[in-house]
Amino acid sequence: MTAAAPLLRVRDLTLEFVTRGGTVRALDAVGLAVAEGETVGVVGESGSGKSVMALAVMGLLDRAGRITAGGVEYRGRRIEALPERELRRLRGPEIAMVFQNPRTALNPIRPVGRQLVDVIRAHRALGRRAAEAEAVAMLRAVRITDPEARMGAYPFELSGGMCQRVMIALALACAPRLVIADEPTTGLDVTTQAVIMDLVAGLAAERAMAALFITHDLALAAEHCHRIVVMHAGQVVETATPGRLFAAPAHPYTRQLARSTPGEATTVATLETVPGNLPDLTDPCLPACRYAARCPLVAPRCLTERPPRTEPWPGHAVFCWNPA
Amino acid sequence: MGRVSLRFVLGRVLAALPVLAGVVVLTFVLMRLLPADPAAFYATGPAMGPAEVEALRRQLGLDRTVAEQLLIYLRDLGTGNLGRSMVTGQPVTEDLALRLPASVELTIAGFLLALLVALPLGILAATRPDSAIDHLTRVIATTGVSMPTFVTGLVLIFVFYFLLGWAPDPTSRYDLFLPQSPRLTGFLTLDTLVDGNWEQFGAVAARLVLPAATMALFAIAPLARMTRASMLAALQGDFVRTARALGLSPAKVLLTYALRNALIPVVTMMGMVLSYMLGANVLVEKVFAWPGIGSYALDALVASDYAPVQGFVLVVAAIFVVLNLVVDLVYAAVDPRVGLG
Ligand SMILES: Nc1ncnc2c1ncn2[C@@H]1O[C@H](COP(=O)(O)OP(=O)(O)O)[C@@H](O)[C@H]1O
Ligand SMILES: [Mg+2]
Repeated sequence: MTAAAPLLRVRDLTLEFVTRGGTVRALDAVGLAVAEGETVGVVGESGSGKSVMALAVMGLLDRAGRITAGGVEYRGRRIEALPERELRRLRGPEIAMVFQNPRTALNPIRPVGRQLVDVIRAHRALGRRAAEAEAVAMLRAVRITDPEARMGAYPFELSGGMCQRVMIALALACAPRLVIADEPTTGLDVTTQAVIMDLVAGLAAERAMAALFITHDLALAAEHCHRIVVMHAGQVVETATPGRLFAAPAHPYTRQLARSTPGEATTVATLETVPGNLPDLTDPCLPACRYAARCPLVAPRCLTERPPRTEPWPGHAVFCWNPA
Repeated sequence: MGRVSLRFVLGRVLAALPVLAGVVVLTFVLMRLLPADPAAFYATGPAMGPAEVEALRRQLGLDRTVAEQLLIYLRDLGTGNLGRSMVTGQPVTEDLALRLPASVELTIAGFLLALLVALPLGILAATRPDSAIDHLTRVIATTGVSMPTFVTGLVLIFVFYFLLGWAPDPTSRYDLFLPQSPRLTGFLTLDTLVDGNWEQFGAVAARLVLPAATMALFAIAPLARMTRASMLAALQGDFVRTARALGLSPAKVLLTYALRNALIPVVTMMGMVLSYMLGANVLVEKVFAWPGIGSYALDALVASDYAPVQGFVLVVAAIFVVLNLVVDLVYAAVDPRVGLG
C-alpha cells in the first residue's frame, strides 16, 4: 500500500465552517491514503467529520466551508486547486459517491432511468439509445430485477433498498476508479444492509475499484475493508488493518470501540457505549487531542501538545501520548 | 406524470357548482341592498313623473320581492340568459362575450410578462444569495406589492406616454387609422397575426405593453419571491448534491434538477396570482380605457345596472374555478407523486 503513489491522499486536511453560531473546526490535520483497488473504511461517531472529509475529496464543500491547511490529492492533482470544469470531469468517471439516505439523494420527479442516462451522457459521447441500453445494463449490474421496466420508475415507487441500488448504479455508471460510500446502509433494515454492502464490495472487487467506505459501524467496516481509519471529532486517531485493530487497538478510543464490538454485527448502539460526548467543535480552546475530555488516560500535555504519530506495527499508526 | 381521470375533472366541476350558486345569490342580494333605484336612474326624461317611474319599475320587475326577482333571475340563468344591460341595451351574455377576450388577452400578457421577469430574477437571486441581484429582486418585489395597480398604471402613462412619448395614447386597443382584421378570437394579437396584418399587430402589441406591465408589476413580487425561496431550498437538496457529485453540467443541475423541483410550489402561486390579476383587471382597464369585462362591470355598477355586474361576477367566479382546476392538473403533470383519481 505504501509502495506506489496512492490513488487518493488526504494530507493534513484542516477545515472549518464559518457559521452564525461560531466557527466549526470540523477537521483537524486529517490524513489518509487509498491505493488503487484498496477498500478503506472510515469509522467514527456521528459528527466526527466523516461526511465533511468525503465532500472535501469531491470538491463539494458548501460555501461556508474553508480549507485552512493541507489538502486533497487525487492521482497527484490537488483537488482544491482545480477549477470547477476540471472537477466536473473527475466526478463520475474518476471519483463517484454513494450518499446516505437514497430516498432524498435521488431526484424525486425524474424517472430513475432518465437520471442514469443523464450521468452517462454527461461523460460519454453516447446517443440516447446507447445510453439507455447502458443504463439498463447498470440496473442489471446492481441486481435490480426487470431493469427495463424499472427505467421508468420514480424513486417514490421504489423501496429504500431499491433506491440505494439505483444510487449505486448512478455512482458506478461511469466506471470510477474510486467510489466513496458515505454510510450507504444507514436507515435500511438489517437484511438489506448486508445485501447492499455485499453488492458494493462485490462490484468494487469485480471492477478493481478503490473504495472509501464511511460508517459508524466498526464491525461492518471490519468485515469489508482492507484497512480502517478511526476518526474522532475531526481528528484521525488510529489506522490499521481490521485484524490489528481488534487484536491490538492502540488508541484508548479504539480500545473502547473494539471492546464494545463483540465480533458479529452490532449497530448504532456500539458507538454510543463510548462514555462521554464529542466536544463542541465551535469551542475556540479545543484540547490538542480532542479525545482528552473523555479519555481515562488523559495527561496534561494531551491538552496542549498535538499527539505524535507512532507505529506500533508496520502499517499500523496511532496518534496518542499514551498508546497501548 | 400523475394520472388524471375524467371522473376527477367532472367531480371538481360538480363540486364547484354550489360555490357558483352561492356567488350568484350573494351578488344578487348585495346589488339589491345598494341604495339606488334603477328605475329612477333611467327615468330621466322631462315627461317622467312618479307614475312613469312606477311603470318602468314594474316593467323591470323591480316591484316584486327580492326573492321573486331572484327566482326569475335563476330561471333565466338556467336557459343561459343573464339579462339585459340597461346601459348598452344588449343581452349581458353578448356584451360579456364581446369584451371577455380583451380582458383575457390583457391578463395573459401581464401574467407572461411577470413570469418572464420573475422566474429569472428568482433563480438568479437564489443562485447568488445576498448579491446585488438578490437585493434588486427584493426592492422590485417590495415596490411592486406596495403600489396600488391604478397608481402604477397612472405613473406608467405619465412617464411613457406624457413625458417620453414612447407609448401610444392609452385610449384604444388598436390603431384606429389602420385597417382592422376580421374578428376570429377577439384576441387582437392573434387576429392580426392570422390576418398577416403586421402593421396593426405592431400597434396592438404596443398598446398592450403599458397595461400589461401595470398588471405584471404587482404579480412579479409574489412570483419572484416564491421562485427564490423554493429554488434556494431545491439547491440545498440532497438530489442536487447528488447531481453535482455525478458531474452533471451546471446548466443541467440548475434547470433540470433544481428548477423543475422548485417550480412545483411556484405553480400553486401562479394560480393564485392569475386569479388575483383577474380581479385587479377592473381598475387597470378603467385607467387604460381598455374595453374588457372589468371596465364594463365598473360602468354598470356606477349606473346601478344590475344584470351586467351579476354576469361579470359569475363569469369571474367561473374562471376562478376553471383556473384552480387547471392548477391542480398542471401540478399533477409536473409532480409524479401527485395522483388525481
Ligand atoms: N455545511 C456545514 N456548515 C456548518 N457545519 C457543518 C457543515 N457540515 C458539517 N458541519 C459540522 O461538521 C461536523 C462534522 O460533520 P459530519 O462530517 O457530517 O459528521 P459525520 O459525517 O462524521 O457524522 C459536525 O459538527 C457538523 O455540525
Ligand atoms: Mg455523515
